[in-house]
Amino acid sequence: MRRDVLTGSYFTLGDIACAEGALAAGCRYFAGYPITPATEIAEHMARRMPEVGGIYIQMEDEIASIASAIGASYAGMKAMTATSGPGFSLMQENIGLAVMTEAPLVIVNVMRGGPSTGQPTRGGQQDVMQTKWGSHGDYEVIAFAPSSVQEMFDLTIEAFNCAERFRCPTFVLAEENVGHLREKLVIPEPHEIKLVERKRPKCDPKEYAPFKPDEDLIPPMAHFGEGFRFYATGLTHNERGLPRTVDPDIHAKLVRRLNEKIRRHAKEIIRVEKLYLDDADICVVAYGIVSRSAASAVRAAREMGIKAGLLKLVTVWPFPSDEVSRLSEGIKRFLVCEMNEGQIVREVERCNKCSKVSFLPKLGGEIHTPKEILSAMRAAL
Amino acid sequence: MSRLVHPLEKFVRPGMETRIWCSGCSDGIVLNEFLRAIDELGLDMSKIVVVSGIGCAGRASGYINVDAFHATHGRAIPVAIGIKVAKPELNVVVISGDGDLFSIGGNHFLHAARRNVGIKVICINNFNYGMTGGQSGPTTPMGAFLTTTPYGNIENPLNLVQLAAAVGATYVARWTAFHVRRIKESMKKALTKKGFAFIEVVGICPEQYGRRHKMPRPIDMMIWLKKNSVISRELDPSKAELTPERIVVGEFVDAERPEYTELMRGQINSIIEGLEKEGKVSDVEI
Ligand SMILES: Cc1ncc(C[n+]2csc(CCOP(=O)(O)OP(=O)(O)O)c2C)c(N)n1
Ligand SMILES: [Mg+2]
Repeated sequence: MRRDVLTGSYFTLGDIACAEGALAAGCRYFAGYPITPATEIAEHMARRMPEVGGIYIQMEDEIASIASAIGASYAGMKAMTATSGPGFSLMQENIGLAVMTEAPLVIVNVMRGGPSTGQPTRGGQQDVMQTKWGSHGDYEVIAFAPSSVQEMFDLTIEAFNCAERFRCPTFVLAEENVGHLREKLVIPEPHEIKLVERKRPKCDPKEYAPFKPDEDLIPPMAHFGEGFRFYATGLTHNERGLPRTVDPDIHAKLVRRLNEKIRRHAKEIIRVEKLYLDDADICVVAYGIVSRSAASAVRAAREMGIKAGLLKLVTVWPFPSDEVSRLSEGIKRFLVCEMNEGQIVREVERCNKCSKVSFLPKLGGEIHTPKEILSAMRAAL
Repeated sequence: MSRLVHPLEKFVRPGMETRIWCSGCSDGIVLNEFLRAIDELGLDMSKIVVVSGIGCAGRASGYINVDAFHATHGRAIPVAIGIKVAKPELNVVVISGDGDLFSIGGNHFLHAARRNVGIKVICINNFNYGMTGGQSGPTTPMGAFLTTTPYGNIENPLNLVQLAAAVGATYVARWTAFHVRRIKESMKKALTKKGFAFIEVVGICPEQYGRRHKMPRPIDMMIWLKKNSVISRELDPSKAELTPERIVVGEFVDAERPEYTELMRGQINSIIEGLEKEGKVSDVEI
């Protein structure tokens, strides 16, 4: 039996499922700094990593954690860090570095209530926009929003697959409510887990241009110590990786490619789940833990004769703009439920062609009850 | 006619913009000595990684024809740690400036030395933030005039040698840009040292520092370094005084302590052996 895929059924914590998902995905480098409610990921990694021959390192802060994960990724390891709001804020500059140097990397944010130290032990969805816009400059990200312990495992694997495939930082955005949730987890057999590995150069090291993309806009990645002797910089660079900071065309070309490599593959990346949307009069939009109350609310509404449906965002970034636009042509009402003051609702409004969008916020760490969602639906209709 | 080739050219990355550094800057001297050290040791260029932060000194990594990473301001050391821990067989070197390594990145320095991760850190201390145009920094001497200390610096500077020694670096040396051979010899020592090694090179920055301190020409600064530096022959960091009037140079620490990546590998191996002996897949409860 493999040490990194502990096939079986368990009753366990979301944070632990996330750590096990990472190990099953081939993660062999974890750097972190303790923070509620993500600490259990680090603690589990501290115990498990050596068993699979991997590295657990507690760094001096979250800036060092992400920076060292970028280094490990360049040395050839699948790398991850996990944190919550305050630590996530500290990581922002180096998220941009990972974008610019195209370092495959998974960043888990088990979200708590903010701003600032806020509610360390209570969940929220307040970091969704920060994930997209938190570092300076224009960039695209990929972010998954697990709603269960099982999805903490499954989507962490997906996050690694995306990070490796697209050479970009990829996020797992879980609420504290999911991180600290205890429920059933099934770890499949290793052969049932589909893994993606980063594309590697096949050329002679002398010919290698580290940031020259293939057709798919993604450059093959050499690792340090393999004889390619290349340079990676957060400065604007040409395809050979050499700094070229004042040429407008080189800058525009680079930034566009970094964005396009994700935008062009958006269809392949984006994942949504739909419930009763075919004939719906109202579409509830939710993600993460809230999607579970929303599903109950939609079922209850159907029993009452209200034609309700649910759009669950499994990926929050890239945002499923086309899907929402299409749905808005047939459905008159949208109700967005979020544990924040209004983040994804802005995206829904932006993509909405002709229907009315209502918003049901919730702050304080509690999840919307199905009842609250149901009455908001009735008010909206 | 055949082209004259500089003996160190093979160590220089082709295609780089020829010069980011001002004329008279000593960053090139340090770079030169680093290349000579590699050359004399006969090291495999494919097994060296140089990491830098942001600043004039931080541009060094780009010019060296090895695997190199140019990180964010202050974060060269944690990037280097990630590389070293992932591939301990690589010789991972950080070259960066005083502001980068000891102001914004100061915390990383002390923890890297404390852990004794076997990376080598070379700091070019020019007493100011050169790249951003001559602001004061953590090593700026008392009373110095820089763009952000227009009335004279009132902050006590850090003594980098004493700091490095206090937090556990296993090799610590200081030289000035005038002591080229000694820089090289220290680099050779650092590059072959197992544990965390630190070299401070007191550099010259005529553009930003010199011209504000009556040393507008590079030669003025070199004479200043030559006149005011004294070599200490004791392995004693308490002797490592550094003021504009007295620059004590030399080796100050040369010790051995268990190196981090070796300790880590040892731990990992014994955990796996333990599991194998007991025929277990894991000892951890999910
Ligand atoms: C987060 C951040 N803050 C500020 C800067 C601007 N900045 C660039 S270089 C530098 C100082 C570099 O000083 P030092 O490390 O001493 O290097 P030198 O240029 O003197 O060699 C600063 C403040 C930056 N790039 N990033
Ligand atoms: Mg400086």
